[in-house]
Amino acid sequence: MSGHVDSHGHGGHDQHHDDHGHGHEHHDDGIGHSTFKGYMIGFVLAVILTAIPFWLVMSGGFQKPATTSIVVLAFAAVQIVVHMIYFLHMNTKSEGGWNMLALIFTMVLVLITLSGSIWVMYHMDHNMMPSMMMREMQNLP
Amino acid sequence: MSDHPDLLKLFFGRLTWDALPLHVPIVMVTFAVVMIGALAVLGAITYFRLWGYLWREWFTSIDHKKIGIMYMVLGLVMLLRGFADAVMMRAQQAISFGHSTGYLPPEHYDQIFTAHGVIMIFFVAMPLVTGIMNFVVPLQIGARDVAFPFLNNFSFWMTTAGAMLVMASLFIGEFARTGWLAYPPLSGIGMSPDVGVDYYIWALQVAGVGTLLSGVNLLATIVKMRAPGMRMMQMPVFTWTALCTNVLIVAAFPVLTAVLALLAMDRYVGTHFFTTDLGGDAMMYVNLIWIWGHPEVYILILPAFGIFSEVVSTFSRKRLFGYASMVYATVVITVLSYLVWLHHFFTMGSGASVNSFFGITTMIISIPTGAKIFNWLFTMYRGRIVFEVPMLWTMGFMITFVIGGMTGVMLAVPPADFSLHNSLFLIAHFHNVIIGGVLFGLFAGINFWFPKAFGFRLDPFWGKCSFWFWQIGFWFAFAPLYVLGLMGVTRRLSHFDDPSLQIWFVIAAFGAFLIALGILCMLIQFAVSFRRREQLRDHTGDPWNGRTLEWSTSSPPPAYNFAFTPIVHDNDAWWQMKQRNYRRPLDGYRAIHMPKNTGAGIILAGISAALGFALIWQMWIPAAVSFVALLVVAIGHTFNYQRDYYIPADEVARVETARTELLANHV
Amino acid sequence: MSDTHAIHLSGQPGHPEELSFHVTGDHHPANSTLLGFWLYLMSDCLIFACLFAVYGVLGRNYADGPTGAQVFELPVVALNTSLLLLSSITYGFSVLEMQRDRVRGTLIWLAITGLLGAGFIFLELREFAHLIAEHNGPQRSAFLSSFFTLVGTHGLHVTFGIIWLITLMVQVGQKGLIHENKRRLMCLSMFWHFLDVVWVGVFSFVYLMGVQP
Repeated sequence: MSGHVDSHGHGGHDQHHDDHGHGHEHHDDGIGHSTFKGYMIGFVLAVILTAIPFWLVMSGGFQKPATTSIVVLAFAAVQIVVHMIYFLHMNTKSEGGWNMLALIFTMVLVLITLSGSIWVMYHMDHNMMPSMMMREMQNLP
Repeated sequence: MSDHPDLLKLFFGRLTWDALPLHVPIVMVTFAVVMIGALAVLGAITYFRLWGYLWREWFTSIDHKKIGIMYMVLGLVMLLRGFADAVMMRAQQAISFGHSTGYLPPEHYDQIFTAHGVIMIFFVAMPLVTGIMNFVVPLQIGARDVAFPFLNNFSFWMTTAGAMLVMASLFIGEFARTGWLAYPPLSGIGMSPDVGVDYYIWALQVAGVGTLLSGVNLLATIVKMRAPGMRMMQMPVFTWTALCTNVLIVAAFPVLTAVLALLAMDRYVGTHFFTTDLGGDAMMYVNLIWIWGHPEVYILILPAFGIFSEVVSTFSRKRLFGYASMVYATVVITVLSYLVWLHHFFTMGSGASVNSFFGITTMIISIPTGAKIFNWLFTMYRGRIVFEVPMLWTMGFMITFVIGGMTGVMLAVPPADFSLHNSLFLIAHFHNVIIGGVLFGLFAGINFWFPKAFGFRLDPFWGKCSFWFWQIGFWFAFAPLYVLGLMGVTRRLSHFDDPSLQIWFVIAAFGAFLIALGILCMLIQFAVSFRRREQLRDHTGDPWNGRTLEWSTSSPPPAYNFAFTPIVHDNDAWWQMKQRNYRRPLDGYRAIHMPKNTGAGIILAGISAALGFALIWQMWIPAAVSFVALLVVAIGHTFNYQRDYYIPADEVARVETARTELLANHV
Repeated sequence: MSDTHAIHLSGQPGHPEELSFHVTGDHHPANSTLLGFWLYLMSDCLIFACLFAVYGVLGRNYADGPTGAQVFELPVVALNTSLLLLSSITYGFSVLEMQRDRVRGTLIWLAITGLLGAGFIFLELREFAHLIAEHNGPQRSAFLSSFFTLVGTHGLHVTFGIIWLITLMVQVGQKGLIHENKRRLMCLSMFWHFLDVVWVGVFSFVYLMGVQP
């Protein structure tokens, strides 16, 4: 492991593993988890989970558009989980669980931002009644 | 017809000689004073041949301690600017009654209250908070630096670049006249066609990059670089609050970035996010910016809570009461801070169900906060309290902040908010919690950790003067605003008709004068302490009989912080080491692996500032050039693989032996 | 403590009297780069969350302009989606080659990934150009503003991903698959797959739901 000074130091800190002789495959670096099988499973699932909603929408969808939307969203949610597991190698152990914790926290915030904004703004629109006022104005003689 | 004017336009955009405020005497005087001051400083640096020293030892330094100190300097300098704005507002409001219109025209007054808010939050409170976290956290967790030392330097310079853009707006063009959150449609291109809002947008975007990256950096540092043995529930409380604050930074600042980018799109591209026509919705801006804005106030206050926790237990000579409840309270506040944003605009019209939800979540936040107050009180209970300056600030905080918190709960009641919103009551409330909470906390922290940073304590006499002027001045300045707010006086007015109100504004102006004396005392405190540094010298590294690891190393700490990485067995790690008569090892030093200094951070931030300036003035050619330069320099930086070096064991031994001798001679 | 390194303790804390208070050997905290980059991605995710929220709130404000059903060409979107999905798996192959320390294979798969990404960008720009040519640019309505901004921000990310990918190819070519470069490849891997995740949200929330009446 000579020449380690060259090969190290991104971020610059004391992160030398080599001078202990740990070698390159340090488990903490998250390098060396992936397998061909894992990627292929993920890919096939992603293709299926993409094809179905596209087919559903392009062939006209359900009677009620809301149903179609919910199904599309459900497929998206499942596919995101597939990507997380098979492509991003998310699990409860990487980085001592911190990756997972950060992800869950972020997902909660994404949910709050999205649903909160839509909820709040919907109620404002509803109360301030711009659409109803519009309709009334249009109906005015 | 000819290409020539077009080319000039592409080069200089909207920037002409008219942008210089040659016709506004107040600004010109300010400009002259600032310029003379700047020239004096630059001249002194040149005269004493300090440029090389500053560049090598400070500007390009990736040492978290030096970066922390630079953040503090930035924050304190900007405090003077922000406070100057405050004094101007107080003076204007005290005299602008009836026939008198005061000395500030409305368009100037509007810039001042906008600049005051922006500067105080983004370029005073944020740098001071980040600076203290930067300095203290690695020391408290027994690390030798942060996780990404280069990014740390870059973050600092990005924050500074943002501050420079705001300062530039004082003399080139103008600043926003919209209030500190720049609500559209007022901040839209129709109502604010000039560069003021653009300065606002790009200053905050540039500084925001720095804030976000420093958040990621400190988060990774706390998670990955704690000393061996330090479990999460053994981290010092300040580190815990820093962790939660940085979680909030990483999770909230992207929202600000996004919403300002959308506002910029409206202004530059002509999109319709927040316009009043073609489907835009200005209230969506308000909604989004408060999704950032509410966590932001917890970003500021949580580290202050951490500082108070350290100070209270140190100066009560007791272990902190209710450590676990303190941690849980902090975490609960962190999560809840995302569920309350609508209380900033109850009057938007979302209706009873929405308002009650957010009113209740807001009131719930006061529970963990109250728990913290009780924890501090119980820590003091039957403790041997030492009334050093940091402890004074802490006690001043407890009284002031509790009152501010109670007025906050009043505002959290939606029906009450309908009559109090947008009034001076609100102004009094948030100054009550931000000055009484954040600023008092930062001053406690500055007095507490100053000896660690510089090796000598701050003079206590001037510190106490500063404390009392601030404390009394605060109440003189803001109690009248509570009264006025209850009478229904709204904020951001530059002129009043009713002469019966004037006395309250005069009292408030007197309060601002007292605070000015408090700031003056603080500056005197720095000067006096520097002159008396030999008497105030701290040779032990532990001037307050501290409890956490930062007090186990020398003051100031060596570049590598700890010659040997500490092993932690207890919440109050250093206290336990002292209890067990821990002895520093006197030999067996090893070479220490450290990051190298680099100029890439300051260069990248400089180009970013140029890019921001070019975008503000719509100088498209310089903007394109600086954007390409930014990419090239950033990519070029990644080709540098040799970013670290070893401090030889001999060097470590030399430093540590010197300390051993010092300790032997003085203790 | 899963995130602390194995360390050389001089004397285990068995008896309370024998606590050791410092590491006598070298202490190397675990590398933080991948965690730090993940945290950055989480913050990026929240930028997208805002843009999605804006689309969710304003996405039906057509202002008498065209609706999603009128302007979205789902076959093109499907093609685009397949390009991006394919680029994800090719990046995966590149990582597999990297794990076997094969520089050539790594570079070839990286190049293919980059080309697929470029194809994605090309199709997206074509869609944008087409819309703008028909006077349905981002200035037309709040719906189109939020559409262009959300999809454009994703496209901008992919563009930066491609620039980064080219940079990394040069660096791997110069220095080989040293530890440092492997870590960078893993960071870009996270970035690339993350963009695919965002795209799943985009095609579902913007396109497929946008064409619903």
